Amino acid sequence: MNPWPLLGVALVVAGFALRLNPLMVVVAAGLATGLFAGLSPDEVLRLLGEGVLRNRYLLLFVLTLPVIGVLERSGLREHAQATIAKLRAVTAGRLLIAYLALRQALSMLGLTNIAGHAQTVRPLIAPMAEAAAERATGPLPPSTRQRLLGLVAGTDNVGLFFGEDVFVAFGAVLLMQGFLESNGIVVEPIRIALWGLPTAIAAFAIHGFRLWRLDARLQREAEAERAAADEAETQR
Amino acid sequence: MKPLYLVIGALLIAVAWHVARDERHPRRWASGAFWALLALLFVGGDALGPHAAGAIAVALAALAGAGRVVRGPAREEPAAQRAESAARLGHRLFGPALAIPAATVLLVLALKRATWDGRPLLEPQIQTLWALALACLLAGGLALRLTRRGPADGVHAARDLLEAIGWAGVLPLMLAALGAVFAAAGVGDLLARGVSAVIPVQSAFACVAAYAVGMALFTMLMGNAFAAFPVMTAGVGLPLLVRLHGADPASMVAIGMLSGYCGTLLTPMAANFNIVPAALLELKDPHAVIRAQAPTGIVLLAVNVMLMYVIVFR
Repeated sequence: MNPWPLLGVALVVAGFALRLNPLMVVVAAGLATGLFAGLSPDEVLRLLGEGVLRNRYLLLFVLTLPVIGVLERSGLREHAQATIAKLRAVTAGRLLIAYLALRQALSMLGLTNIAGHAQTVRPLIAPMAEAAAERATGPLPPSTRQRLLGLVAGTDNVGLFFGEDVFVAFGAVLLMQGFLESNGIVVEPIRIALWGLPTAIAAFAIHGFRLWRLDARLQREAEAERAAADEAETQR
Repeated sequence: MKPLYLVIGALLIAVAWHVARDERHPRRWASGAFWALLALLFVGGDALGPHAAGAIAVALAALAGAGRVVRGPAREEPAAQRAESAARLGHRLFGPALAIPAATVLLVLALKRATWDGRPLLEPQIQTLWALALACLLAGGLALRLTRRGPADGVHAARDLLEAIGWAGVLPLMLAALGAVFAAAGVGDLLARGVSAVIPVQSAFACVAAYAVGMALFTMLMGNAFAAFPVMTAGVGLPLLVRLHGADPASMVAIGMLSGYCGTLLTPMAANFNIVPAALLELKDPHAVIRAQAPTGIVLLAVNVMLMYVIVFR
């Protein structure tokens, strides 16, 4: 077997490590891998084009942007923040644990597209988490704010990934069942889906535990930042 | 899907037009060309065929790689005006935002039942995508009515958000295409052979660890657990775990796939989950989402190895 296509994988890893433009790295790696595999430049281009055309649905999120954009210009984020700021019981950690549970439960029912980074995270959950954190700790240091927003997006991913596999009609479950069947092993899709449950529970426990400790961490970071600022003040 | 692609294409054309006409935009021609070429994939992709689509992909990568795809000046409304509008509209602002998920669910349920001539109106795989798209159009109408704006405002708002995301928004598409090339070149089989060559196959635990961790590593390289699954399961899971050590296949594949998802949490190759959101939230570090997910992904992978060892040999 021709081992040269593995260089394409190495190109991707090297390109990302060198922080070159990822879009360029990925397309260049695709061209190189095809050529290393002995395809003609013409065939490589066709293969690449087929992959692009078949996966255009990945840009469907573009259709949410006019809605979210118009609402944001009319103050959606400000209103989401003001609403959370009034609810004293809601902390950033509790809000995210509730969102994680909701996202995971909805995904288990097959409702995966109901939430997402464009639909719910940017317009609603991110500003709410920020407002809840700032009510508790005062203004967040920029690095803390960045980490908090990264965690909000990550919470959406964890909820989605470790819920959807428990839904029987989800593509991944059917992919696994079809793969086993083509290898002469017949199993019910429901058995595959149910064996996803232990990991789903573990995912909620692990990520939930991190979120449960989030409020204390935010408090610590904000205090450290204020202490450092005071220090700089007295030295001057 | 064709009508949906035309709608997306039309929106992208409008964005390209506004970018190219914006004299304050630092790179209006190159950035405009980027969005116009992307629009062409949606409007004329099927007519142009895969060859031309491949060439367009290369052109998009070249424009982004040359640093010519940048953000124009945003024309956000002043904070005071947004606060005033937020106070005036209040909770009604949540209506159109929540209408996207609510209408998506209702439309999915409706499309499941909809038949034409005894056959389903839409194939099951694309029902959700149609539901989401139609829900966006509906919510868009509600949002414009509530805020008393016109469709042109929708385009301007979309342009600001799309330019904030920039070329990162196209990365998932190119990664999917790269996956197709990897598959055609047999990259997966090569890697699976490498894995099974280096582990002590007589140890059941080593095989479990190789399968679960291999799924995660492979997913990190390919950016997609679905691409890693057939390769790792055919190369390691079935021959070593099921046939050699007598593992239960149903639970093995279930936990194996979820081990792949742990890898998804850790890789920039899964751009639509990890890189696009960082751009969408306008974070400085493009890897901020991966950093936030890493502790969960790594601990969960270790837990998966344990779970698999206990469950598949029960």
